[in-house]
Amino acid sequence: MALLKACNLKLGYEGKTVVDNLNFTVNNGDYLCIVGENGSGKTTLMKTILHLNPPISGKIETGEGLKPSEIGYLPQQTEVQRDFPASVWEIVLSGNLGHSGIVPFYTRAQKEKARKNLRKMGISDLSKCCYRELSGGQQQRVLLARALCATTKMLLLDEPVSGLDPVVTAEMYSTIEALNKEGITVIMISHDMEAALKYATHILQIGKDIFFGTKAEYLKHREENGI
Amino acid sequence: MSGIFAQIAHYFQYPFVRYAMIAGVLIALCSSLLGVTLVLKRFSFIGDGLSHVAFGALAIASALGISNNMIIVLPVTVISAVLLLKTGKNAKIKGDAAIAMISVGALAIGYLVMNVFSTSSNVSGDVCSTLFGSTSILTLSKGEVWLCAVLSAVVTVIFILFYNKIFAVTFDESFARATGVRAGAYNLIIAIITAVIIVLAMNLVGSLLISALVIFPALSAMRLFKSFRPVVIFSGAISVFCAAAGILFSILAGTPVGSTVVAADIVAFLICSIAGKILHR
Repeated sequence: MALLKACNLKLGYEGKTVVDNLNFTVNNGDYLCIVGENGSGKTTLMKTILHLNPPISGKIETGEGLKPSEIGYLPQQTEVQRDFPASVWEIVLSGNLGHSGIVPFYTRAQKEKARKNLRKMGISDLSKCCYRELSGGQQQRVLLARALCATTKMLLLDEPVSGLDPVVTAEMYSTIEALNKEGITVIMISHDMEAALKYATHILQIGKDIFFGTKAEYLKHREENGI
Repeated sequence: MSGIFAQIAHYFQYPFVRYAMIAGVLIALCSSLLGVTLVLKRFSFIGDGLSHVAFGALAIASALGISNNMIIVLPVTVISAVLLLKTGKNAKIKGDAAIAMISVGALAIGYLVMNVFSTSSNVSGDVCSTLFGSTSILTLSKGEVWLCAVLSAVVTVIFILFYNKIFAVTFDESFARATGVRAGAYNLIIAIITAVIIVLAMNLVGSLLISALVIFPALSAMRLFKSFRPVVIFSGAISVFCAAAGILFSILAGTPVGSTVVAADIVAFLICSIAGKILHR
């Protein structure tokens, strides 16, 4: 059984179908890039994987002991967060909450985990800083540290480099690559085809031409279709 | 100076002054704690909308001749809060429009009912005191002060117990939901305690000025502090201080209680804004 398996997914909202007949599997250690034009349903698919939106039909199964709530998620920045008074420490700690149940406060182990992930992202010195005053790249690292508190198995990244300059973008990609090498499965939504082809092991293209396969298969598919 | 203190001591011999002080401070504390979340969730106006709903419910309760109007006002306001916060995002009528609609609608119906089915000889006086809370805080009975104290304590305890979850749900609801936090349940809790606070605060500042108690302390705190916990704590502290100062001033100077408390909040906001500008330059 794969870590994540989508069977005949049909996605959409308010009765409109956006994507139909979607099948793919994600195995432990994969690096899957989801590509496609704007409006092709990338975000809808992501919300379905996270159990935020139910699919119209079909289903997503998780296996190998991956609980639905064990998918760490790096969202795109929201309007609310731009002026939110919160320290880096408060945000990273909040990644632990999914495992807290009804326990009202953070345990020592959870705090240690947050510290470890701050170190891992190289932002320990920022822990007291105010989130909204950080640069775009630093903010992404904070959210990545939070996601790592929520999971040790699978990360789902939504356009992780949008709005970042080329240097920071490259750093971000190598951070994600390092996490993947450590054994964390990565699913990334991206506009950046070049990076997708450089880092991913598997590609899922959605839109008019749906394709799922390994990177090599995808390159062959593109050649055959003369792209 | 000692004259003022003597005068204050004199007034505090009266139980109704002590009651007003206790209730006022507790209400101010609760409303400011929750205010931070509501402001950050872009729900500043929900206090306003709900208070008008409470006004409408109060009008209907008095028209029906129900003496303990809490029985009607509290449930109606809680239900409205749940509906407003729940449907806020996906509804056909968007959040702000829905709040505006319910808010003015309830205000109009409330006034209409009060006028048509009035049992009192002084309708405009009744309406004025419900809207601006001019005297109700000074006419609280012992039972009402107890009710107020118990509800405030419950709200504060719930807020402390769920503080981390409320933070997570406010900062990033999708992330919280995706990682297994029951965001829907916490939104429901936020909605219910908002409604309870609104109904309580009607006694202090009346239904037109409630938003001020919710918004001003939170905004003042955000001028000065940059992380969530200090913002919440300072917001509570400044709200309690302004409520106490406002009530004292209104007793000494004979001004309306509610609007004096709000005026104190406005002054505090201005001071915090200036201090924030100087500190963060």
